[in-house]
Amino acid sequence: MTVTFTESGRCLSAAVSGELDHHHAKALMEELDRQIDAAMPRRLVLDLAGLGFTDSSGIAVLIRAMRRMGQLGGEIRVERAPEQAKKVFRAAGLQRLMPIE
Amino acid sequence: MRTKAENFVTLEFPSRSANEGFARAAAACFAAQLDPTLDELGDIKTAVSEAVTNAIVHAYPDAIGKVVMRLRLTGDVLEVVVKDQGVGIPDVERARQPLFTTGSEERSGMGFTIMESFMDSLRVRSQPGKGTVVTMKKRVSRRVGQK
Ligand SMILES: Nc1ncnc2c1ncn2[C@@H]1O[C@H](COP(=O)(O)OP(=O)(O)OP(=O)(O)O)[C@@H](O)[C@H]1O
Ligand SMILES: [Mg+2]
Repeated sequence: MTVTFTESGRCLSAAVSGELDHHHAKALMEELDRQIDAAMPRRLVLDLAGLGFTDSSGIAVLIRAMRRMGQLGGEIRVERAPEQAKKVFRAAGLQRLMPIE
Repeated sequence: MRTKAENFVTLEFPSRSANEGFARAAAACFAAQLDPTLDELGDIKTAVSEAVTNAIVHAYPDAIGKVVMRLRLTGDVLEVVVKDQGVGIPDVERARQPLFTTGSEERSGMGFTIMESFMDSLRVRSQPGKGTVVTMKKRVSRRVGQK
């Protein structure tokens, strides 16, 4: 699993690729925390186009990132999520907490 | 004509998180015999990942223990059994509720809910101090033009 960050204005974008599970989730959470703290963005965009797989570990990653952005008064959105990821996120009702495309 | 296929494999591995990816890939490879759709394959991988991760995270909190995954094919039905000899679950009904978790904030309490909704059936047998056996089944639809 890899994550690549790009910043433009007050928008932080994180492109996640590979497979996300418990084995990788902690590192991703910590990296997101670090980058959010450094950039203090208004908006966090998670680009999941390259995400080959996620399980419930991804749910916890999104919820944590959402809370973090909430504390900063910012917002989070998920873009280009593959069908498998969408199905997992929907099972947890995440589409009611943040925009997931 | 379709003949009743019967096949199985058993995998045994230590409860190391690196094996999560291996276990779901192995299950997907095994299930490929049924020529599943990509959606079905995704469902199987997700459910297996949940069951195996639970054995790794919850069954052996402070140690490395043995996890056994058994895959079985009967007709169009894939059966996945994930077994550990870990701490067990005191109240299975409660553990199966959405959002119930005894884990850290890295867990969401959605594992059993996902296994239940992504597979056709889920059975959880557990004994505190002895371990847990999770059995899941999914019928894989044969597509038109398949023999
Ligand atoms: N193999 C197991 N051994 C011991 N306890 C288990 C096992 N599997 C599940 N549990 C217990 O059941 C609870 C619910 O499991 P479930 O998979 O639904 O959620 P979770 O693992 O806590 O979070 P998530 O799967 O969303 O990351 C766990 O928190 C744990 O207490
Ligand atoms: Mg779980």
